[in-house]
Amino acid sequence: MTSIAVSGSESTQAVTHARRRGRRSLPWTVWVFGTVAGLMVLLGIFGPYISGDVTAGNLQDRLLGIGQQGHLLGTDGQGRDVLGRLVAGARPSMIAAIVPVLAAGAIGSAVGIAAGMAGQRVHSLIMRTLDVFYAFPAVLLAIAIAASLGNGTLNTVISLSIVLIPPIARIAETETMQLQGMDFMESARASGAGSVAIARRQILPNVLPALIVYCTTLVGLALVFAGGLSFLGLGVAPPNPEWGQMINEQRQYMFTNPTIALIPAVVIFAASLVFNLLGDGLRDALDIRRSTR
Amino acid sequence: MTTTRLMVRDLRTTFGSGASQVAAVQGVDLEIGAGETFVLLGESGSGKSVTARSILRLYDDSAKVEGSVVLGDQELVSLPESQMRSLRGRRIGMVPQDPTGALDPLRSIGSQLMEVLRVHGVASSKAEAKRRARELLSIVGIADPDRVVSSRPHQLSGGMRQRAVIAIAIACEPEVLIADEPTTALDVTVQAAVIELFRDLQEQMGMSLLMVTHDVGVAEELGGRVGVMYAGRLVETGPVSEVLSAPQHPYTRGLLASLPTPGVARGHLTVIQGRPPLTGEVTSGCAFAARCPMVQSSCRTSAPALVPVAPDRSAACPIVNTTSTASTAVTSEEMTA
Amino acid sequence: MSTDGPVLVRTAEAAPDPAPSPLLEAQGISKTFGNGVRAVSNVNLSVAAGETLGIVGESGCGKSTTAKMLLRLMLPDEGRVFFDGVDVQRLRGKPLKELRRRLQVVPQNPQTSLNPRLTLHDSLAFNLRAHGYTAPDRKQRIPNLLDRVGLDPSYAQRYPHQMSGGQLQRAAIARALSTEPDLVVCDEAVSALDKSVQAQVLNLLAELQRDLGIAYVFISHDLAVVEHISDRVAVMYLGHVVEEARADDLWSDARHPYTATLLSSTPGVGHSRIVLDGELPSPANPPSGCGFRTRCPLATDACAEEWPLLTVREKSHYASCVHDDPVPLLQAALTA
Repeated sequence: MTSIAVSGSESTQAVTHARRRGRRSLPWTVWVFGTVAGLMVLLGIFGPYISGDVTAGNLQDRLLGIGQQGHLLGTDGQGRDVLGRLVAGARPSMIAAIVPVLAAGAIGSAVGIAAGMAGQRVHSLIMRTLDVFYAFPAVLLAIAIAASLGNGTLNTVISLSIVLIPPIARIAETETMQLQGMDFMESARASGAGSVAIARRQILPNVLPALIVYCTTLVGLALVFAGGLSFLGLGVAPPNPEWGQMINEQRQYMFTNPTIALIPAVVIFAASLVFNLLGDGLRDALDIRRSTR
Repeated sequence: MTTTRLMVRDLRTTFGSGASQVAAVQGVDLEIGAGETFVLLGESGSGKSVTARSILRLYDDSAKVEGSVVLGDQELVSLPESQMRSLRGRRIGMVPQDPTGALDPLRSIGSQLMEVLRVHGVASSKAEAKRRARELLSIVGIADPDRVVSSRPHQLSGGMRQRAVIAIAIACEPEVLIADEPTTALDVTVQAAVIELFRDLQEQMGMSLLMVTHDVGVAEELGGRVGVMYAGRLVETGPVSEVLSAPQHPYTRGLLASLPTPGVARGHLTVIQGRPPLTGEVTSGCAFAARCPMVQSSCRTSAPALVPVAPDRSAACPIVNTTSTASTAVTSEEMTA
Repeated sequence: MSTDGPVLVRTAEAAPDPAPSPLLEAQGISKTFGNGVRAVSNVNLSVAAGETLGIVGESGCGKSTTAKMLLRLMLPDEGRVFFDGVDVQRLRGKPLKELRRRLQVVPQNPQTSLNPRLTLHDSLAFNLRAHGYTAPDRKQRIPNLLDRVGLDPSYAQRYPHQMSGGQLQRAAIARALSTEPDLVVCDEAVSALDKSVQAQVLNLLAELQRDLGIAYVFISHDLAVVEHISDRVAVMYLGHVVEEARADDLWSDARHPYTATLLSSTPGVGHSRIVLDGELPSPANPPSGCGFRTRCPLATDACAEEWPLLTVREKSHYASCVHDDPVPLLQAALTA
């Protein structure tokens, strides 16, 4: 039956009025997961300094279990400290996760907003071009590009950036198109301001919240992709540590010493989850605060 | 005196809980006799739609509805939902504001009509339901019912959709029809036809009508009795023509005076300063005190009661009706004795 | 398809009062959309400096499309729009920007007429910035603008969702005024407001016109409001202007059955409502000849052939109906 959430009625006004009196703080999810994400970024920056050199190890100490001889998470097949490698490996992982999202975010939103503001022909041109990229499963596309570019963190960043541009552009375009029908856009057009000014000051503030939320969850995705690329040997080359590559290297020990292969996998999963939940929290934070309904 | 079909006493509706409670309706009394019309007139935030929906028990647990709503001899406020559901549509019909939202976009009008007829047992077979559906569509003034019966909502114009929704509302010949701003979304020339339709249906079916609107013209057109609502309370009641020609409450007076009728010089519309309060914003004293040109200190402390000021007329303003305070004081004493 | 009436016929003996050349003028503008809908047909309108032209009509009459063409947000398929004597279609670059400065709009829906993510200050600053007002300039002007429209200057820091409908419309008016325009198009600017708030905004608009000499094009479906605020009123139906006259004349001496119908729906005027049969025809599928004939009690065979020309009836009073004085006939036909 009809409930209170019928927009425009007095009852909605009543409930919104009641709800608005008691808000004003960020949801706990943003605090908690934001802090964890922040720590991970810090780890990414300072990790290698903390861990020291973990590219070579003492072969006599290889395949030690958890907690043995001072190695909190044991050692891998080459005798290197797993925890140390995780800490050092945070940098390429974080770089490969965050930089593509930032780059694709900037490029994708510009493309999407431009498409949303353009006339029908240009709009179609842009969107159909993006569709071509969309047609490929993202993972395959990332692999294909990375394979053609070669190893290394930089190439991983490039391939992931390219893969992430179409979905971000699409979000930006959708939001922009929605705005086009609103009265204030008509006023903006009638004001005599140039398109760039309108894009920057009228459209972007509206598009940004959705983008921020989406991009935060994309970081989690990019993390998994980067790990996957390294796993396939397309990312960071050994002996430098990287989480996905660590899984690949220690795969052979899966049945004898499963922990050394599984721990990096769990870390990737957990880190990705943190960003996803952060995105959820941001969505709530940006929604209620600014809701005009 | 006709029999009372619907009697509402001290209806109070509150949203939310604790510190953020919002009192949308703060004690509304009204009575509608058989075949009579009652217009609930007010602006946004006045609580008129909330009143209508509270009568129909359309709110879930997030709203607290108190008081008494009696349909015939059946108390509605405390009725279990399952019983209320069988009452809705059968004994009380509702016409909502937006016809598009009220219709299932994927089903034909005919099938939606037939569903109502069969669920409430008015039609016993599919064939009978179909026949009655066509009949109802022509009763509401649709020129080609056969086409409309098999049409889906998006294939019809706004006015037709509203007529279809009215057909669904009256399908089981309810005793009371509640219409919540049914003409607001329609064009002016179509509005007139729909209002006339309501009047015709009342005559034909002897229905009582509770019409919620913000449009004074609609009230004028319908006739019957009017209750002017402001900030969750009734501030004036009486026959439409009398209230509109000689209002007895400062709000009603201000409202009518601010309408741009011919003869008023441009830029000199009489204005009620300030703005209508948000739902539940005012909780003590007279809700209109902040904007009233006749306000006195007593107005802010005690909310005036709705008292009779003439036969069949009540107003909630002791200032306007100073000449009748003496008599009203006596009457209320007598009433409480 | 119906043949549309050609250009407005103004005969010599009923020449309009000698007036300076109009500030804004539409000559024979038409617009047909891609799906074949003829939204506006051969409309002629003019607004003199400092005066108000009202445009009234229901859905599908083409008033919004006309407004967009007047604002140069849409270009007509036929006809021209002139602002201060210059064909707006020809403008580019700097002159176009100057047009935008002098020609502003107040939109309908207070909830969406301002960018929900910008403070009032930012919304106003956007318009000012577009026309080269510097930051110190803006800082000084914005509080004055808000004060002018009856808003406390502290509202500059508020977001739209923190303001009521009436306040939002005042803000939209402030924004329109920010560049000191010569003409403001009010596109259903008060339609979404409560009646008591509507009166405040109407008074404000009138006051601003008195003090600043702004011209208005006031578009609405509410005839009472339009007549109150306008000097002249044009009534539109299915993309055509069916009547145009001075506001008082329209009220006392309507010459088109549709106008009379609209008038009858105004409360408190005493005359009974004229109730029409049938629905508003869809602009995608208009009746042949006069679009109103499907609902008009006075329709004749001639009405189905072509849409009647807009011709002079009295001084400065034009109507497009085959009957010269249909209103008494209408009342007779309805009471019969």
